[in-house]
Amino acid sequence: MAKNPETMPLVTLESVTKRYAAITALDGVDLNIHAGEAVCLAGENGSGKSTLIKVLVGVEQPSAGRVLFDGVPQTRLTPTTATSAGVQVIFQDFSLFPNLSVAENISMTAERATGTLMVRRARARARAAEVLARVGVDLDLDARVERLPVAHKQLVAICRALAADARLIIMDEPTTALTEREVARLLDLIRRLKADGVAVLFVSHKLAEVLEVCETVVVLRNGAKVAEGPAADFDSASLTRAMTGRDVASGPPTPLDAAAPPLLRVDGLCRAGAFEDVSLSLRAGEVLGVAGLLGSGRTTLAKALFGLARPDRGQVTLNGAAIPLGDPIAAAAAGIGYVPEDRLTEGLFLEQSIAHNIAVGRFDAHSHSGVLNLKNLWEEATVWLKRLSVKAPDPTAPVRSLSGGNQQRVVLARWMARKPRVLILNGPSVGVDVGSKAEIHGIMADLAAKGLGVIVISDDLPELLATCHRILVMKDGIITEEVSGGAGVTESELSHRLAS
Amino acid sequence: MKSIDWARNETLVFVVIVAFCALAAISDPNFLSIPTLTDLMRNSIVLGIFAVGAMVVLVSGGIDVSFTAVAAFAMYATTVLLRDLAPDLPWPLAFAIATMIGAVLGSINGVLIAFCGLPTLIVTLGTLSVFRGSLLTFVGTLQISNLPPGMRDFSRWMMVRGTNSDGSFYSLPWAFAALVIIVAATWFILNRTMLGRAIYAIGGAPESARRIGINVRRTQFFIYVFVGALAGLAGIIHASMARISNPFDLVGLELSVIAAVVLGGARLTGGVGTLTGTLLGVALIVLVRNSLIVIGIPSTWQSVAIGVLIIVGTGLPAWQAKRAEARET
Repeated sequence: MAKNPETMPLVTLESVTKRYAAITALDGVDLNIHAGEAVCLAGENGSGKSTLIKVLVGVEQPSAGRVLFDGVPQTRLTPTTATSAGVQVIFQDFSLFPNLSVAENISMTAERATGTLMVRRARARARAAEVLARVGVDLDLDARVERLPVAHKQLVAICRALAADARLIIMDEPTTALTEREVARLLDLIRRLKADGVAVLFVSHKLAEVLEVCETVVVLRNGAKVAEGPAADFDSASLTRAMTGRDVASGPPTPLDAAAPPLLRVDGLCRAGAFEDVSLSLRAGEVLGVAGLLGSGRTTLAKALFGLARPDRGQVTLNGAAIPLGDPIAAAAAGIGYVPEDRLTEGLFLEQSIAHNIAVGRFDAHSHSGVLNLKNLWEEATVWLKRLSVKAPDPTAPVRSLSGGNQQRVVLARWMARKPRVLILNGPSVGVDVGSKAEIHGIMADLAAKGLGVIVISDDLPELLATCHRILVMKDGIITEEVSGGAGVTESELSHRLAS
Repeated sequence: MKSIDWARNETLVFVVIVAFCALAAISDPNFLSIPTLTDLMRNSIVLGIFAVGAMVVLVSGGIDVSFTAVAAFAMYATTVLLRDLAPDLPWPLAFAIATMIGAVLGSINGVLIAFCGLPTLIVTLGTLSVFRGSLLTFVGTLQISNLPPGMRDFSRWMMVRGTNSDGSFYSLPWAFAALVIIVAATWFILNRTMLGRAIYAIGGAPESARRIGINVRRTQFFIYVFVGALAGLAGIIHASMARISNPFDLVGLELSVIAAVVLGGARLTGGVGTLTGTLLGVALIVLVRNSLIVIGIPSTWQSVAIGVLIIVGTGLPAWQAKRAEARET
């Protein structure tokens, strides 16, 4: 449904300002959302996106300005009144109940809204089945949500919003956890919802993929609206420029020295059920990409190269010396570093200080007969914080207190401090905002320029194209082809080759 | 027909119970008899009521270790009250008093946990000690073996009474009906009321529960009052059946009760637990306590057997789940 200026907007923000003590989180923001319209709200971390959602759903009251639903000003908006007006948020973590069934997750909000004290099982199930049919997905009503894959959890969350008669669905970072195929399916669903008159507000810093279903784009920076216009007028580059306020350089990598010797060789690496007969070579100073969808075996391959998964057969040699397989300690000692996909559960000690997170695994270098030299540890950490421009108060701050991009830099610092010869990065910019992403790419290019071999494993194709000299395409555990990075191939060609 | 889910604790515990009974029947042909059954049922009453309460707390994502102290306090204080002030009070009123005392003590846990936001284990570890200490300091330390007539009446009130073919007597007190009623009522609350579903929701994802408008504090407060009331009732039933009110009794049982609940499939991390599993867990623990000797294992091995059961019984499904997960990625 096209935007119709004649009709009353579903939701209006009128010069909404929100101040927390001395900080202005939102500065006079205007926003109109019509029924059946999709709006992209773009902005980096800290730009005021979350505050805007909180004001919209009544968690926070604006310091100035008003919120209108169907043209009616809402004084003292609460989460309950927002919900009954049909405003529903789908949080990045989906906010589901992992221990309950699909049916109960979908129907619970709506059932609670009826004010019933008793469980009406038949009615709840019928409600859930009806919404699933409307959305056109086939899920087992009795399955426990914790056993569903991420994309299905998101569908359950969307269904829950619809079951509660959502007229505006706010989606917080909806595509971060999805593969490209799943994103396409999500966009299909959004188109159908729009046709039904449901409005959607995408809130994200990774918007290029949802642009095609949106009518309007609104960009926030430092709490103020800095750009607004029809989605057709924006592309990735202009969006990034509006969000960061600068041009983020992501040019092709520096040309590779053709005479550089091979550093890492992988021959006939196999692991049943994950990947088969993988051979590759990496030269010093080279950035090599491995592109693969979820389930292509890319993560297991990355882990196998670092010894976290034991291959059945094959050989990995570094500078001609074979590395024992399935032994991460030996791999690290030989000079391989591994930055995992999920830094929160596999990489960082969240409650520990930045300094400890950087030094972990290398405490020997900081200790004297078993006693840690904390001063030495902090001094080193301070140097790294400065070098990688990590925004942190000091090295003793817990890693939990940092943003995603800064956390990722701490993981990078840990490995760089070990002076590795090969660095394997699995999804280096997942959950990292645009500005930090570009800086992380810069760090990668620097490392390569200093003679390291870098392997990047990702399904973020623009990232691979922008940073890699060569890209290996991985499908169902097999490397099917090799393309050169930079201008060698376009994103859509690469995406097609991955999916076909 | 649903296929049998072998990864469930309930199935495992049931299989172990059957195997145990089979072994016991082979060693002692008299094992499979009505007296064994009534013994098992009688010994499950107090443990069972405790376990129902402990399960509700675990489902909500908390843990309560103070309920035995609540039970001892309610039991002994009620007995003293009856002895000194109203010896002729009929048992239903005595039970109501004990339940009330339990609910009041439970509400102390409730306030500290729900409204002050303190961690459940720390609060209940503290109140366990405080309740027990207050009982021994302010109420008394002497056991009362001459129970007030009301409680004595209740203990003689039998549901089933008879003589087995070998001449042994058996009986099942009406107290068993209390367990049945509590299980039925708790099942109804947990599965048929929005309050019950809120308890599961809070245990599964507290932040999500808050976001859909569930009043987490009020629900938590209800839970701890409910558990306190159940503990008070269990305490007075215990004293009536034992025909003695001993202030040193009951405390120390709490870990066995929680073990029974966990054995029955409730997760210590919250959100998951069933009454069927809980009752099976209680039955298994009571069986092991009562009848290990029948299959020729000395009674000193009891704790070892229960410990092994906990590790195997809860470890096996966890291990299977982990393997299934590893296969998927």
